[in-house]
Amino acid sequence: MSEKKRVGVLFQEEIGTDIYRLVLDAKSIAKEALAGQFVMVYPDGESTLLPRPISICEADPETGRLTLVYRVVGKGTTEFSGLKAGMEIDIAGPLGNGFPLLSKKAILIGGGIGIPPMLELSKRLDCDKTVVLGYRDEIFLNEEFKPYADVVIASEDGKTGTKGTVIDAIKAQGVTGDVIYACGPMPMLRAIKAYADEHGIEAYISLEERMACGIGACLGCVVKTKEKDHHSHVDNARICKEGPVFDAKEVLI
Amino acid sequence: MNMKVNLCGVEFKNPVTVASGTFGSGSEFSEYTDLNKLGAVTTKGVANVPWAGNPTPRVCETYGGMLNAVGLQNPGIDVFIERDIPFLKQFDTRIIVNVCGRSIDDYVDVVSRLSDSDVDMLEINVSCPNVKEGGIAFGQNPDALLEITKAVKKAANKPIIMKLSPNVTDITEMAKAAEAGGADCLSLINTLTGMKIDINRRTFALANKTGGLSGPAIKPVAVRMVYQVKNAVNIPIIGMGGILTAEDAIEFMMAGATMVSVGTANFHDPGVTEKIVDGMEVFCKTHGINDINDIIGCVK
Ligand SMILES: Cc1cc2nc3c(=O)[nH]c(=O)nc-3n(C[C@H](O)[C@H](O)[C@H](O)COP(=O)(O)OP(=O)(O)OC[C@H]3O[C@@H](n4cnc5c(N)ncnc54)[C@H](O)[C@@H]3O)c2cc1C
Ligand SMILES: Cc1cc2nc3c(=O)[nH]c(=O)nc-3n(C[C@H](O)[C@H](O)[C@H](O)COP(=O)(O)O)c2cc1C
Ligand code: FES
Repeated sequence: MSEKKRVGVLFQEEIGTDIYRLVLDAKSIAKEALAGQFVMVYPDGESTLLPRPISICEADPETGRLTLVYRVVGKGTTEFSGLKAGMEIDIAGPLGNGFPLLSKKAILIGGGIGIPPMLELSKRLDCDKTVVLGYRDEIFLNEEFKPYADVVIASEDGKTGTKGTVIDAIKAQGVTGDVIYACGPMPMLRAIKAYADEHGIEAYISLEERMACGIGACLGCVVKTKEKDHHSHVDNARICKEGPVFDAKEVLI
Repeated sequence: MNMKVNLCGVEFKNPVTVASGTFGSGSEFSEYTDLNKLGAVTTKGVANVPWAGNPTPRVCETYGGMLNAVGLQNPGIDVFIERDIPFLKQFDTRIIVNVCGRSIDDYVDVVSRLSDSDVDMLEINVSCPNVKEGGIAFGQNPDALLEITKAVKKAANKPIIMKLSPNVTDITEMAKAAEAGGADCLSLINTLTGMKIDINRRTFALANKTGGLSGPAIKPVAVRMVYQVKNAVNIPIIGMGGILTAEDAIEFMMAGATMVSVGTANFHDPGVTEKIVDGMEVFCKTHGINDINDIIGCVK
């Protein structure tokens, strides 16, 4: 069950250039949340209309804390970055599906602002796992993974870890696994889909698309699928509802 | 105080429904709003066969509104009858089915298939700006509109609402054509054709290049058109376009609408329809209005 409610801000901090960690007191949502699900965050602004989809970075069912990590890119995220402890914000969730928790040796891959959902996943996967994080230049949200997994880093500028992409890092550092979980920019996801195909391993990828409702009603956020989708009865699945996590084999990206 | 309204012999517990395409088939919103509180649920456009719709991006935000070019993706009438009608039947609300097609035969096919279904009214979408064939082609030419209205009316055993496009020079001409063709009711407005360019990427924001503009930005245009149509025809009107609050809904009724549809506002707040229903009651109470019907078209 998902719901829309007004929740309190516990604290917010800037953890990188224009990258914020927002911690919310969202009891029922945090309790229900699965790794890989997202919430819709409703700006209060006079100049915005639509809610903004943000992945769940951490959800603690016990304390009810829900952590979001986002990059400021436009009007909505600029407004969110002004939130302070004690203020309130409307959110709806948890939305979409989550990553399946398989008991197989896992590679968790996060690229840029696709890294946040991998944190809750790394906590919930009770198996042998390596986390591969890809950055353009500045590193953020990497230390947080260390209690839960081995961390391998790739950066485009080569200042940290392997110079290049996450796939370059996987190859250079000999990372292996039987299943891949990934979230990040489309070129990275395409490369991962190809890599998984080539190595005959499963891959679950989290996709992004422009959304209006976030709850499966507007049909704005679809992705082409290999088979007929059970809901739409055409080769389109809703990213907000059937996704955002898909078996890479099932989507045409 | 009376909030009930009557459209072509069908009674609605209040004048609020949702705009087609913004509320799915109701099930998606049922976690966020009590469907029993709505006068009716108007469902997403449905065709005789499944439609895949347009490529993405299909939606984008604009100042005070949004553009969409979903392209009438729908699972087809068979799935709709099997899955969506029974779902809605669990609630104490009326059902208005929005119908789309590429040819007159397509529309007639859907309308005929719905004759045995337990739904209350059919809304014929001849105004979608996002599909190449059918859709708006019927809504921009009075002769074509007259013809399709007659054909649909002949096939239907339920009251017919013709949904008008604002993308015309004179909407009253279209309204009169639909009335002449036998339409029982009119709904307006559908979206206004618009465009947004991403200046950093030098691309269109939508894959379809153009999309339909909806939301608060279009409300003054919609109110004006409802007023014009009210004064041009003798059949009732469902008004829509940018309704966000109870006051907006009241404005449409004063302009001449018997019912109102809430569209894009559902994305802004999935619980908004209930608030609008409650807010309209409060407005009536505080203004000493005993019957909501008294305000319909009260501004001359
Ligand atoms: C399932 C999902 C999970 C996401 N998780 C995160 C996350 O954890 N952290 C994070 O920083 N970002 C995340 N994003 C991207 C985030 O939604 C956008 O950066 C954000 O909506 C931008 O809003 P804005 O008002 O600041 O930008 P503006 O450019 O002003 O937004 C205008 C409109 O475009 C939409 N939009 C802009 N960029 C994107 C985008 N990349 N994806 C989808 N819609 C977009 C906005 O929602 C809004 O409707 C996620 C997107 C999706 C679909
Ligand atoms: C995402 C989206 C999908 C829509 N789909 C349909 C549709 O299937 N059939 C239709 O007649 N109108 C459709 N419309 C138009 C709305 O029903 C309504 O006429 C229009 O959006 C104006 O109202 P609003 O400003 O309250 O949204 C759609 C609008 C949006 C935003
Ligand atoms: S955002 Fe509306 S269906 Fe996914």
